[in-house]
Amino acid sequence: MRYLPLSADDRAEMLGKIGVDNVNDLFVDVSNGALLKGLVDLPTHMTEMEVEQNFEAFAAKNVAAGSVPFFVGAGAYRHHVPSSVDYQLQRGEFLTAYTPYQPEISQGTLQTLYEFQTQVAQITGMDVANASMYDGSTACGEAALMARRITRKKRVVVSGNLHPQYIDVVRSATKYTDDVVVVNDPTVNKSENLLDQVDENTSCVIVQNPDFFGNVNDFTDLADALHERKVLLVVVTTEVVSLGAIKSPGSMGADIVVGEGQSIGNGLNFGGPYVGLFATRQKYVRQMPGRLCGETIDADGKRGFVLTLSTREQHIRREKATSNICTNAGLCTLAFTIHMTLLGEAGYRKLAKINHAGAVKLKNKLANVDGVEVLNKTFFNEFTVRLNKDAAEVVEALVEHDVIAGLPVSRLYPDNEELKNDLLIAVTETTSEDDIDILVAELKEVLNA
Amino acid sequence: MLNNQGRPTGVEEITETQSTKFETYTGNRGLSQVEGLIYEIGDTQRTGVDLPDVEDFDDCLGGVTRDNEIGLAGLSEPESMRHYTRLSRKNYAIDLGLYPLGSCTMKHNPRLNEKMARLPGLGDIHPLQPQSTVQGALDLIDTLAHWLKTLTGMPAVAMSPKAGAHGELCGLMAIRAALEAKGDARSVVLAPESAHGTNPATAALCGYKVKPIPATEDGRVDLDAMKEALGPDVAAIMVTNPNTCGLFEREIIEIADAVHAVGGYFYCDGANFNAIVGKVRPGDLGVDAMHINLHKTFSTPHGGGGPGAGPVVLSEALAPYAPIPYVVAGDEEFSIKEHDDTGNSFGRMTAFHGQMGMFIRALSYMMSHGSDGLARVAEDSVLNANYVLASLKDIMSAPFEGPCMHEALFDDRFLKDTGVSTLDFAKAMIDEGYHPMTMYFPLVVHGAMLIEPTETESKQAVDQFIGMMRFLCEKAKAGETERFTGAPYNAPLRRLDETGAARKPKLRWTKEEQE
Repeated sequence: MRYLPLSADDRAEMLGKIGVDNVNDLFVDVSNGALLKGLVDLPTHMTEMEVEQNFEAFAAKNVAAGSVPFFVGAGAYRHHVPSSVDYQLQRGEFLTAYTPYQPEISQGTLQTLYEFQTQVAQITGMDVANASMYDGSTACGEAALMARRITRKKRVVVSGNLHPQYIDVVRSATKYTDDVVVVNDPTVNKSENLLDQVDENTSCVIVQNPDFFGNVNDFTDLADALHERKVLLVVVTTEVVSLGAIKSPGSMGADIVVGEGQSIGNGLNFGGPYVGLFATRQKYVRQMPGRLCGETIDADGKRGFVLTLSTREQHIRREKATSNICTNAGLCTLAFTIHMTLLGEAGYRKLAKINHAGAVKLKNKLANVDGVEVLNKTFFNEFTVRLNKDAAEVVEALVEHDVIAGLPVSRLYPDNEELKNDLLIAVTETTSEDDIDILVAELKEVLNA
Repeated sequence: MLNNQGRPTGVEEITETQSTKFETYTGNRGLSQVEGLIYEIGDTQRTGVDLPDVEDFDDCLGGVTRDNEIGLAGLSEPESMRHYTRLSRKNYAIDLGLYPLGSCTMKHNPRLNEKMARLPGLGDIHPLQPQSTVQGALDLIDTLAHWLKTLTGMPAVAMSPKAGAHGELCGLMAIRAALEAKGDARSVVLAPESAHGTNPATAALCGYKVKPIPATEDGRVDLDAMKEALGPDVAAIMVTNPNTCGLFEREIIEIADAVHAVGGYFYCDGANFNAIVGKVRPGDLGVDAMHINLHKTFSTPHGGGGPGAGPVVLSEALAPYAPIPYVVAGDEEFSIKEHDDTGNSFGRMTAFHGQMGMFIRALSYMMSHGSDGLARVAEDSVLNANYVLASLKDIMSAPFEGPCMHEALFDDRFLKDTGVSTLDFAKAMIDEGYHPMTMYFPLVVHGAMLIEPTETESKQAVDQFIGMMRFLCEKAKAGETERFTGAPYNAPLRRLDETGAARKPKLRWTKEEQE
């Protein structure tokens, strides 16, 4: 038991001090019969090497994204993370610290949270950001709840081109409080008249940019029209690298911006842990969910940072709290902040440009492939193509050729026949020119076989 | 004179020493270095990554190019290394010493877990890549689910909730969905006074009215008051067991039976499962739903506030209403159920499959301990806590009789008339090189101090902690108030003005204020 320091002698001595004979005497409050006598039906302890062998066996049955030409995005993106990010994350003082409840000995975490809040406010073009949420999708659900607190209205209008799993999360988060109306069937190029669905009970309209199918939008006119009707605009970004190239949601008039921060500093990890971004206007600060870090001074007048505005939170307001969130994604936040600091403005913009350039290159090459129709007029690093065959079958066929070609859109819309042949393809800076050429060649072969 | 942990064993008065006597040019004091914000030490042109140049191309952004300055500060790699390393040194962490934060469970975080989570075949896989290419990941989730179901004695588990509070919401949503399926909408959730603040907040999010249940003299749910509050409008009771007073609810089975008798469900907050893992199965106690904080019981790192992970075990009655997605083990391969075709599932908690990175770490910990080791985990955590209670109850004041479970609760009666508050006492612990215990929680006792040593502390470490606490108690009782009211003296910063921070919130750096 390499993690358990007590020796048999220690245990005996400690039981003596407590005044009991056996450790089970400390479990006397457990109802009669409920205390397990024997071992439960699970393997007994393993050595470190045995554990490693078990996990290597699990890993061997997966195809790592980095081991093949890889084009899946749809809310999670494979980006390169500089080595020093993970090195810093694994410093024990970051990795093994708790929520910074004692600010005098938590300034490391607190200052990075303050830097994170500033970075998120800057890239979203908003006044303030919180110290992170679980992920982009749950942050999106929280945005809908926040809009209700601000407007005291409970109809949520959602673009059909919001990530379908985000729509599901909004539905769950507001299931017993709000009515959710999804506008339009999802599609790449159909224009949505979101305003038609807005009525006097509407708290907010939720849109995504770039949207699920990759389209880049300007929501400035929509924001103006919504504000005239006293409705809030929530903008979702699942690919945060895009904000290095695209006008910020804040400059378009968004009231709440939520995003998935995974692309910066955090790996794919099969869907989690990720890091939710959440930013808003100054006037709504007290309606924000989650943790906030603020600047203050200590008894000697030196600058320091503390968790603040906790009177919004569950541990004080209980059932009247803005949210039940307790934990955030502190360590993922740290990864985001370190990576963003390494990029800096120059690197962030350049990274965005590389991503976009790669996608444009792939689009241009695919435009010449028989059986492939590029559906997007605008996009950042991800776009949708319509194939002449069932996209899911094509993707499976390409797995046999060691290419993971993208997301068959039908996986997330199983009942939508119209989308059956659509393939969502993402390119990042990790996609090489060779990867692109292999995908194009393999697609040609499979589609025209 | 240093002991085996490098700490002075002698007791010295706080005196002004040479190191604090003179102002320094830098503000640094030797290894304690002042560190500016990235915005003060970096600028928008600096970068710590070399990215390839891009040839000119026709963009497809549709005219919404971002052309104004964002304002992001950059640092070169060496500057960044120094910045974050310096900041890290201003954090207390479990790797530095005993972290007795009750209810939060700060135990050792094995690095093996970190190594396993970083295997490319586990860390570098996408949640939406073809299922045929992630069979190992699905197997792993299914294996972890099996461990959780076996350890809790429950038939089903929802893996996707991303933290304990998210798991609570999942459990209550399943309860509400089950009740609505029976056409039996109910409006009230009972929450004992000792409940975590997340419990009532969760019930409210789920659209329920929250009715508090008082605690008894011995720190447990008042069964009579609870029975009185029960009725046909009660959807569920949320009980934390072991509870937040560090005590096992002796009448847990009666509580479960009573709520079942009126057609309600029994939600157990499993935040403290580490006290009973391998010793008691919640399924045997009548629990319908319970979340498990993987980070508390199974050692995944808290990292300054998460990531957590909160799988929820469910009874037979609630299992059909579990959220999507879930893993299905077939004869030849695993698959993920991503869409509900039964019409029963209450929905989806999060976009993808949950906290895979945390699943890996938790399972690595479980396999390292095995069933035998996990039972010992519970025993040693309970033993350490009772040892603390037994060793301090004569000098501090304990509101409830023992035995306690994995955490020992004290109140502030022992500080009466000393001029020292619980907060002051906690801050003085910082000067001794300890992270303070949980303060002012649970709310059911005045000036609460909740101490959780955990099973990964050695007897020597616990003995030293006890010695330190006794020393501070003696100093407080002897009237040395300044040691407390001015504390901390030895931390990177002195006591911080939290009231001022809340009154005029400054939540970000701005260029204007800098200039």
